[in-house]
Amino acid sequence: MKQLLAVFLFVSICSVSSAQTIYMTRYGQISFFSKTPMENIEAVNNEVTSMLNSGTGELVFAVLIKSFHFDRALMEEHFNENYLESTKFPKSTFQGKITNLGAVDFKKDGTYTVTVTGDLMIHGVKQTISAPGTLTLAAGKITAKSTFNITLADYKIEVPSLVSEKIAKNIEVNVKCLYEPKP
Amino acid sequence: MKYLITCAIALSLFTPALAQDLMKMLESETEKDAKPDYATATFKTTRIINGHSVENVAAGVLDFRISHRFGNVNGGAYELWGLDEASMRLGLDYGLTKRWMIGIGRSTYQKQFDGLTKFKVLRQSTGTRRMPVTLSAMGSIMYKSIKFEDPTRENYYTSNFYYCGQLLIGRKFSEGISLQISPTYIHYNLVQELNDPNDLFSIGFGGRFKVSKRVSINGEYYYQLPNYKLTGTQNSLALGVDIETGGHVFQINVTNSTGMTERSFITDTTGDFFHGDIRIGFTISRVFTLVKPKESKIN
Repeated sequence: MKQLLAVFLFVSICSVSSAQTIYMTRYGQISFFSKTPMENIEAVNNEVTSMLNSGTGELVFAVLIKSFHFDRALMEEHFNENYLESTKFPKSTFQGKITNLGAVDFKKDGTYTVTVTGDLMIHGVKQTISAPGTLTLAAGKITAKSTFNITLADYKIEVPSLVSEKIAKNIEVNVKCLYEPKP
Repeated sequence: MKYLITCAIALSLFTPALAQDLMKMLESETEKDAKPDYATATFKTTRIINGHSVENVAAGVLDFRISHRFGNVNGGAYELWGLDEASMRLGLDYGLTKRWMIGIGRSTYQKQFDGLTKFKVLRQSTGTRRMPVTLSAMGSIMYKSIKFEDPTRENYYTSNFYYCGQLLIGRKFSEGISLQISPTYIHYNLVQELNDPNDLFSIGFGGRFKVSKRVSINGEYYYQLPNYKLTGTQNSLALGVDIETGGHVFQINVTNSTGMTERSFITDTTGDFFHGDIRIGFTISRVFTLVKPKESKIN
C-alpha cells in the first residue's frame, strides 16, 4: 500500500514538476493567400480554437472550414462546395509538438523561436508538416505566430483546369493566436 | 524495484496519454460554443430556371442576369428552330443583407418592367438548431408598358399592373439533391376575358440534381389551380442545366414559356410543351462584389 502511494506521489510530482499550464484561445486567426499573376485570393478565419501545453510542448488546433471568410461571397461558396467540401469534411485539425521546447522559458517574458512538427489534417487528408514560428510571452499570455506553405495536391484538393491559372498550387498560411492560461 | 518499474511504466503511459488528451480537451471545451450548421447552396443561383429559388444574392453583391428565350423549336428550319426570334430580360439583383435582396428587371415580352424583393425567413440547419427547410418569401410587381390594344377606349395605366406573392419552401436533401415547393398567388388588375379571375393561384415544384461539382440538372413545373387560371393558358414546364465557371453561372434550358417574370411564365404561358412549343433559352448570371463583408478583413 505504501509503495502504491509512493507511485501515485511520484507520478503526481512528475506532472507538477514539469510545471505545465494549458494555454487556450477561441479566437485565433488563420488566414491564407493564393498568389498568381491572374488573381490574388485571401481568406481569414477568426474563430480558430487551439490549446498549448507548456509542460509537454503539445499544440493542437481545430478549425471550422465554414468560418473562413472571403471578400467575395461566391468564392466562399465555391471554397466550401467544390474545393474543401466542408459538408463532408467540416473541420481541419493540427496535432503536434514544439520540438525545441527547451528553448522556451515560460516564466520569462520575451520572444522565442520555435519549430512545430505534427499532423495537419485538411480535406480529410493527414500530412506531417514542420513549421517555424515564434512565441511571444508577455504578462502571462502567449502570442504565437507562424507562416508556412502547403501544397493543395497533398490534401487532394482538386483545381479544375479552367481556373488553374487563378489558384496557386502552393498556399501561404498565416497563424496568429493569443493564448491565455486556461483556468 | 518492482514498483520502480511499475512507476516507470505508469509514467511512460501517462505522458503520451496527456498529449492525446489535449485534442479531446479542446473539443470538449469548444463543444458548447458550437453554432448551428446552415445548409448552403441549396440551389446555384436565385432562380431555379424561370422561377425563384430559396437562394438570395449575398449581402453587398450585385447579380447581373441576362436571360434569353428563343422562339418555338417547332417553327422548323425556316425559323432556324426558333433561333431567329428571342425574348429577353435584363435584370439586376442586389443583396441588402444576408437574408434580404431586391431586384429590378426589364423584359422585351410586352415591354414589361418588374421589381422584386425576397426575404429568407427560415434557414435549413442542423446541429445546435434544427430546421428541416429553408423558407423564403418573395414579392414582385410587374408593369406592362406596351401600348394599349384599343387606344379609343378609356384606358387606365393601373390596368397594366400585376402583383405576385410567393412562399418558397426548399430543402437540400443531400449534396446532390435539392427540392422546392412554391405556393404562388398572382393578381391581375385587368384580365382579358369576362370570366377570367383576377386572383390566380398555382403551386410550383422545382428540383436540382447535381451531376458533378460544377454542373447540375434542374427542373421546374408550375401547376395552376383549375378554377384560378386564365383561359387558354398552359402550365409552365422547364428543364435546364446549370454550369458554373468561376464568377459566372450559365443556365441552358428548354421551356414552353416566353416571359421570364412570375406573371408572364406562370399565368401567361400559351405554348404546349408536349406539342412541340418548346423554346431553347439561356441565362447568364454574373456577380459583382460591391461591399466586402466585414468578416473577411485580416487584422
